[in-house]
Amino acid sequence: MTYTGRFRVWRGDADGGSLHDHEVEVNEGEVVLDILHRLQATQTPDLAVRWNCKAGKCGSCSAEIDGRPRLLCMTRMSVFAPDHVVTVTPLRTFPVVRDLVTDVSFNYAKAREVTAFTPPAGLAPGEYRMQQVDVERSQEFRKCIECFLCQDTCHVVRDHEENKESFAGPRYLLRVAELEMHPLDVADRVDAAQDEHGLGRCNITKCCTEVCPEGIKITDNALIPMKERVADRRYDPLAWLGRTISRRR
Amino acid sequence: MTATARGVDAPGRAGIDARTLRTDRWWLPPAATTVGLLAFVVYGGVRAFQQQYFFADERYLTPFYSPCVSLGCAAEPGAAHFGMFLPDHPLIPYAALSLPFLLLFRLTCYYYRKAYYRSFWLSPAACAVPEPHAQYTGETRFPLIMQNAHRYFFYLAAVIALINTYDALLAFRHPTDGFVVGVGNLVLLVNVALLWGYTLSCHSCRHVMGGRLTHFSKHPVRYRLWTWVSRLNTRHMFFAWITLGTLVATDLYVMLVARGTITDLRIVG
Repeated sequence: MTYTGRFRVWRGDADGGSLHDHEVEVNEGEVVLDILHRLQATQTPDLAVRWNCKAGKCGSCSAEIDGRPRLLCMTRMSVFAPDHVVTVTPLRTFPVVRDLVTDVSFNYAKAREVTAFTPPAGLAPGEYRMQQVDVERSQEFRKCIECFLCQDTCHVVRDHEENKESFAGPRYLLRVAELEMHPLDVADRVDAAQDEHGLGRCNITKCCTEVCPEGIKITDNALIPMKERVADRRYDPLAWLGRTISRRR
Repeated sequence: MTATARGVDAPGRAGIDARTLRTDRWWLPPAATTVGLLAFVVYGGVRAFQQQYFFADERYLTPFYSPCVSLGCAAEPGAAHFGMFLPDHPLIPYAALSLPFLLLFRLTCYYYRKAYYRSFWLSPAACAVPEPHAQYTGETRFPLIMQNAHRYFFYLAAVIALINTYDALLAFRHPTDGFVVGVGNLVLLVNVALLWGYTLSCHSCRHVMGGRLTHFSKHPVRYRLWTWVSRLNTRHMFFAWITLGTLVATDLYVMLVARGTITDLRIVG
């Protein structure tokens, strides 16, 4: 089925902008990114939109569709009624560069703050051996495509610019959890999760999990287990006693 | 955009007048959560302090009065299985040893936290919907830092679930008729089974069982327990809501039988 769809696309830059109305042809099987490409080809050749793989694996085309953080390439037009006006805006947590393109360098800065994978001393690359049951929790987190939709939707930074300094966001708390649960990582990341990456600011409202295009259970499998590890370390005298007696890690 | 602009209106971000552009009924889940939780709190509050109609057919004890440890429990011989030592006062629930901890268990539960942060505190009410608060510190300060004590309330809730199980099993024995099975027994059994589902699916339980380990392969038993609890844990929200319903239904059933409004149907005995 082909029809003329109605779209409102935000256009502008850091100095200001507005929603522009467009009518664009929509064909069966298309996604929102296809429509934006048709818009570029037929009406607005200077529309800025970041994209790459068109398969939901590169994480480039993150934007907000009808106010919800989504990948442009994974949002089918068939989910909208033909008379529905589809509103497309840039991610609203990060500074806008132009049109639908935002400056996501906040995330790269946060990535650098996470201590890198730290194998045991004397174990060289190529000598890593681990059992599947030990590493499979971390493997779930490796599915992350770094689309930053979780970072965008997290109200800790979305609604509070001032928290950006002290809060790494779900994507990088996920990275901390991935390494903390990794069987060959020997770095102690529990204190850093709380003190440096701001885990305590997370109030587990699960928006990060809701928007994750890879279906990673960020809250249940990463953030809450990390909060529990922090509780072990900081707030649980029984766990401290057990740790002291058994001297376990 | 003003100097005091914050959140999605902060300088540098895309200038969009609407605070949210969501077109779906995002307000419905938090509104429904508010209604559901308030209804339970009101019902539970009224029943906890009512101090009557808590023991029926000389064997059914409602979970809202278990364990019945007030001197007031003497009004219903057989209701108190663990002694009576708390003063009989209108402001002290007969189950004052369990209700506060069960309330704290749910209050600090990771699912309920999500539910009430969204519905009562609007932080946020829904994803990508701006919250109304000017500042946000999450769970880093008192009182919310106390959420970290959840595991202790889990331990206590597990003990209380054992007591509820004992009550449910004891209800099969009638003081004069011996072994009997009534509809009330099934109600109590279903309730206690679901309470175990909620208690064991707790995130702290998952952590205690094995989540805190880095090497599952060195702890095969705990790994197995962790996988079981993890499976239950995916349904924690379901158990959280269904147990609110079964607690009310069980209590209501016992109350109605105790008042004589309905008669418990005997299946056996």
